[in-house]
Amino acid sequence: MTGAGRGRAVLRRMVRRPGALCGLAVLLLLFTLAFVGPFVSPWTHTDVDYSALRQPPDARHWMGTNRIGQDVFAQVVRGLQKSLLIGLLVALFSTVLAAAVGACAGYFGGWTDRVLMFVVDLMLVLPGLLVLVVVAPKLRDRGWIALVGLLALLGWMVTARAVRGMTLSLKERQFVVVARLMGVSPLRIIWRHVLPHTASFLITDATIAVGGAVISETGLSYFGLGVQPPDVSLGTLIADATDVALVYPWMFFFPTGLLIAFVLAVNLVGGALRDALDPTTDSARPSRIPLSGMSS
Amino acid sequence: MLSLILRRLVHCTILFLSSVVLTYALASTALDPRAYFEGRQPPPPSRVVDSELSRLGMDDRAPLPERFAHWPGRAVHGDLGRTIDGESVNAEFGRRVGVSVRLLLVGTVAGTAIGVLAGMWAAVRRGGPGDRALTVFSFAVLCVPTFVLALLLKTGALAVNQAAGSTVILYTGEHTPGLRGGWAVQLRDTAAHLLLPAICVAIPAIASYSRYQRAATLDVLGADHLRTAQAKGLTPGRALLRHGLRISLVPVSVFFSFGMLALFTGAVFTEEIFGWPGMGSWLVDSVRKGDVNSVVAIDLFAAAVVLLAGLLADVVHALLDPRVRQP
Repeated sequence: MTGAGRGRAVLRRMVRRPGALCGLAVLLLLFTLAFVGPFVSPWTHTDVDYSALRQPPDARHWMGTNRIGQDVFAQVVRGLQKSLLIGLLVALFSTVLAAAVGACAGYFGGWTDRVLMFVVDLMLVLPGLLVLVVVAPKLRDRGWIALVGLLALLGWMVTARAVRGMTLSLKERQFVVVARLMGVSPLRIIWRHVLPHTASFLITDATIAVGGAVISETGLSYFGLGVQPPDVSLGTLIADATDVALVYPWMFFFPTGLLIAFVLAVNLVGGALRDALDPTTDSARPSRIPLSGMSS
Repeated sequence: MLSLILRRLVHCTILFLSSVVLTYALASTALDPRAYFEGRQPPPPSRVVDSELSRLGMDDRAPLPERFAHWPGRAVHGDLGRTIDGESVNAEFGRRVGVSVRLLLVGTVAGTAIGVLAGMWAAVRRGGPGDRALTVFSFAVLCVPTFVLALLLKTGALAVNQAAGSTVILYTGEHTPGLRGGWAVQLRDTAAHLLLPAICVAIPAIASYSRYQRAATLDVLGADHLRTAQAKGLTPGRALLRHGLRISLVPVSVFFSFGMLALFTGAVFTEEIFGWPGMGSWLVDSVRKGDVNSVVAIDLFAAAVVLLAGLLADVVHALLDPRVRQP
């Protein structure tokens, strides 16, 4: 089957599911909001309007203002942008790392496998949250990109294990054996013959990991360890507004609502992608564990 | 079976020790206990800070191996050192461990039991309204960060209390301080305080276990041996319970140790928000103070919990699946 033909088939199966369509639409909407929003709003996320403190939403401030008079819409849009970027980058990095480690461990076997799997086991025992809260203050000055690296480093292990399992069975398949006998170098075999066969799993897993990463970031920001002021993310916005959630609901419910909408949409698309790419698997497998709560 | 457990036990011990060493190295290099002392008003003389830090084994000017050297010697004798305020880590550990274990235990038991039952129930009614409702519920729960869930519960409790005009649902602390009365009164008080945090910890667990159990049950439902069991005269429900449950529990048992890790993380947020003096809020406190010894002690607890869960999962897996038992 050609690439385009398969792509079309996958797309057709996706479109047939109303949940997936909804998810895609919501994602598109959120991305537009995050990247076009700043140009539409007259305010920036650091602007302070001293004439409007704790204002409910009106024509001037579309989502109201916060305690010191900052425009909630501008902040939410900026936070959404940051959270989307963090989620996407973390998913990308951790999936690449997981694919590399898993495929190498499975393909080379022996001591490579033993050492790499020990590292995976060790990192699974180490509570991610503990590592995060201990290391995050040190990374504060390096900005949010260091946070991305840290979250990616703590979220690849389960996927790596799954990739290793797939590689173990792919290694015995005829096309890999033949390639090896022809003298193709191991790294090339992994790149050309092993990883493409794990691609559908990796794509799905990365999609779901985006949601997990965003949830982890918000959790970290809740403790004041994530994105640092004056920059904002959805996590910092929610954390700042939690104690006044009932009194000034607009400060709390807009960022929280967008966060939940985003994660929900990502998970819907991820689930539909899994079914569309591989209609035979509806099976249970441990996926990534975001910091707060669990993901399916 | 015994050799399997022994092998896993050795593996777990190595992992446990490595994780403690790694945490010690990480905490000693990343945390800044000096800042905690220097931030006091009035600032103590640097000589005093130095001597205090080296007494605690947290002197950031000494090389890392030297700092670590004094720790294991005392740790094997059961002494985890002193907290940054000079108290015994053991005493603090003892005070807090029960609180966390209570929360984790309730979360695990409720999460697995209700989650597995709900998952099976949904799988049997695949596509029906009950199944859909459960799917929507678990998707929604898994998209909400634990701290938002906790805050929503707290807000809900507040609203209920205001509507009722009295404190119907308790939402701060782990017991009422200074409460007098017999054990029955104390027990009821503790249970009342446990309600909301337990819900908060258990709901995400229920959501994810039910997803796994539902998928695993669906895989089993079409199996030949179940059809045979029904042909033999068993009702579909009995056939599933007698012949399907055992198989469908295998993937769930594999998930159990990861689930424990997530549960621990959820408990940290829950303790922090509901004001429970457990390991989670201790972690947040210790990191703020730069308290290396306490952070290592908390890792000791967390690693032990996760490894025990993993061991339990392995044993359950071996009990369910005879193929695993063969060496």
